[in-house]
Amino acid sequence: MKKVIVPIGPYHPLLEEPEYFALYCDGELVVDVEWMAGYNHRGIEKISESKHWDQVTFLIERICGICSTSHPIAYCNAVEDLAKVEIPERAKYIRSIVGELERIHSHLLWVGLAGHFLGYNTVFMWAWKYREPILDIMEMVTGNRNHYAMMKVGGVRRDIEDADIPIIRKILEQLKPKLEMLTGAVLDDPVLAARLKGVGVLTAQDIKEYGALGPVARASGVDIDVRRDSPHAAYGLVEWKVITCKEGDVFAKAVVRLLECFESIKIIEQCLDNLKGKKGEISIDVRNIPPGEGIGHYEAPRGECFHYVRSDGTSRPLRHKIRAPSFMNIPTFKASCIGETVADVTIILAGVDPCYCCTERSAVAYDVSTRKKILDGSDLIKLSHEKTGKIRKQFGIKDK
Amino acid sequence: MEIIKIFAMVAGSFVLFGILGIMSGWVDRKVTARIQWRVGPPWWQNFADFIKLTGKETVVPEGANQFLFLVSPVAGIISATVTGAVLLSSTFFNPFKWDLIIIIYLLMIPSVAMVIAGASSGNVLASIGAGRELRLFLSYELPFILALLVPVIKFGTAQVSEIVRFQQIYRINVGYLSGVIAFVIALLAFMGKIGYVPFDVPEAETELAAGTFVEYSGLPLALFKLMKWILLSVGISFFVIYFLGGFANPITGALKYLFVLVLIILIKNTNPRLRTDQVLRFFWGWLTILGLFAILLVLLGY
Repeated sequence: MKKVIVPIGPYHPLLEEPEYFALYCDGELVVDVEWMAGYNHRGIEKISESKHWDQVTFLIERICGICSTSHPIAYCNAVEDLAKVEIPERAKYIRSIVGELERIHSHLLWVGLAGHFLGYNTVFMWAWKYREPILDIMEMVTGNRNHYAMMKVGGVRRDIEDADIPIIRKILEQLKPKLEMLTGAVLDDPVLAARLKGVGVLTAQDIKEYGALGPVARASGVDIDVRRDSPHAAYGLVEWKVITCKEGDVFAKAVVRLLECFESIKIIEQCLDNLKGKKGEISIDVRNIPPGEGIGHYEAPRGECFHYVRSDGTSRPLRHKIRAPSFMNIPTFKASCIGETVADVTIILAGVDPCYCCTERSAVAYDVSTRKKILDGSDLIKLSHEKTGKIRKQFGIKDK
Repeated sequence: MEIIKIFAMVAGSFVLFGILGIMSGWVDRKVTARIQWRVGPPWWQNFADFIKLTGKETVVPEGANQFLFLVSPVAGIISATVTGAVLLSSTFFNPFKWDLIIIIYLLMIPSVAMVIAGASSGNVLASIGAGRELRLFLSYELPFILALLVPVIKFGTAQVSEIVRFQQIYRINVGYLSGVIAFVIALLAFMGKIGYVPFDVPEAETELAAGTFVEYSGLPLALFKLMKWILLSVGISFFVIYFLGGFANPITGALKYLFVLVLIILIKNTNPRLRTDQVLRFFWGWLTILGLFAILLVLLGY
């Protein structure tokens, strides 16, 4: 059978980021999928090793523009785990508020994009319009619409003033009916249901085999959520529930994400109640990071975000390992895309809410025709050493 | 003399339906924008787009069949224009028998041109788009013809001017049950013809990048865009003439035109794109059954 490669990427309207999916097609049927990453590799882990413990939070916010507070929270958790410090209660609530606001905006962003990918641009515009007040709250609370710079090792950088709380509550209150309307419009639309139900089904077995995380896993009936399973920030202190669905198709993923927005609003409101009228420290001084290892999780909008740091007692991390949720979610394409048509594969690819710039920690160059590795990590290091040697020679710097 | 008259008619059709189509395209963009809480472009935006595109470089890809690649937009725009000319001629100037059949034929050619355009591009995405266009074309044509048959059976003539006259004497085609059904079917099939959501499978921006038009640039792309605009205005004018009683009174005629246009825009903006197999099932299943039902109704006199 002659297979045709349908390229999705490196530059394609489906992808907000440069990424390459080769769909091996027989007619319109996709028989195999290949994912080639590496266009977004920026060497964040390496840069992180050259920054001060406090500077790293600003750096890793730039990993991703959408979950730009998930990475700092996970990193702070890791460092606090390493330094064995407990952050003040007020900081916990503020962390949860910022994290949950981000979850709402990320999920709404996904709903909009999914609509756009289905050619339903009205949903795209409406969802993004409803996302706007969340960004306004963010600007009010943190000073920025994105890249909030709110987290720091040992607490948070800015307090939420008592005067701001009623305004935040009012905006959230106004958002609720809009969100309900959007949820109804998406979940009750017969054409959307025809397009999404039974498409790209991932069974609980698939989820376990691929180690998929977050809403993708919860949509398949796998009840995992780091916020509940290993409580941090204020998640152990407020009432909320984990949303799960059984079907595992793209529709279930939309259901999970939309309903999670309501849970997030619930969490934020309880956190605000606990902040109101109280005074307290928002951070503690962490002067020394002792040698050792630390692990931090955070349930980012896309799933569990994992950070590992190792310290040798100096002012910089010796090793900083980042694993974003998309790294686990993207390979599930192999299970969900094969046997579907091109039209469905595009929405399945978008259905896991992939974030490529989060994911890419290394790059390997292949020869397209022979599929042989041209360069891998050690080769790149060798090349860079050679180049450095040349430069040193050129400027007459002698090796010590 | 005769030939000059024909040329004048075609040129008139080109100018009239071209401008009307570009303005309809603007109404589409503006209403869509207002639905989506955007501002939308100024009224001359589509003219500017068209003029700018004509000045851009025309790139013919290496693997393409150069002749077919360049001829298909021309063929498409000529057939769309000639459809308009036939429509003008048969309603206002020079009615002739069986012009409905000719209009149906001419309305098919732009779709064929798009299939050829996609197939000759030498691009995987374009050829998938061409395959989809072909399937779409096969699926909407049957209910479209069934729907157009309803007034023919009602009035016993396949001459557009006669049908308009009967509508003015008797009642307009959407004034009775089978006519309403036929109008809805024909409208949906027409949306497939001009490739509007939910039937924009051949161009599916986020799947195929632009499908059949992925390799087009410059003047050929401008011609294709103009072809779509002309097809839009010709098609809506045809609906007004064929189902809604024609343009006898210019003011109500314009209102009818706007009504059909806004109806199409609303359907376009409240639906996601269907899959190719769903489109096929929709047209051959639901709409064909509905079309047969409408024919049964009209034979019974409803």
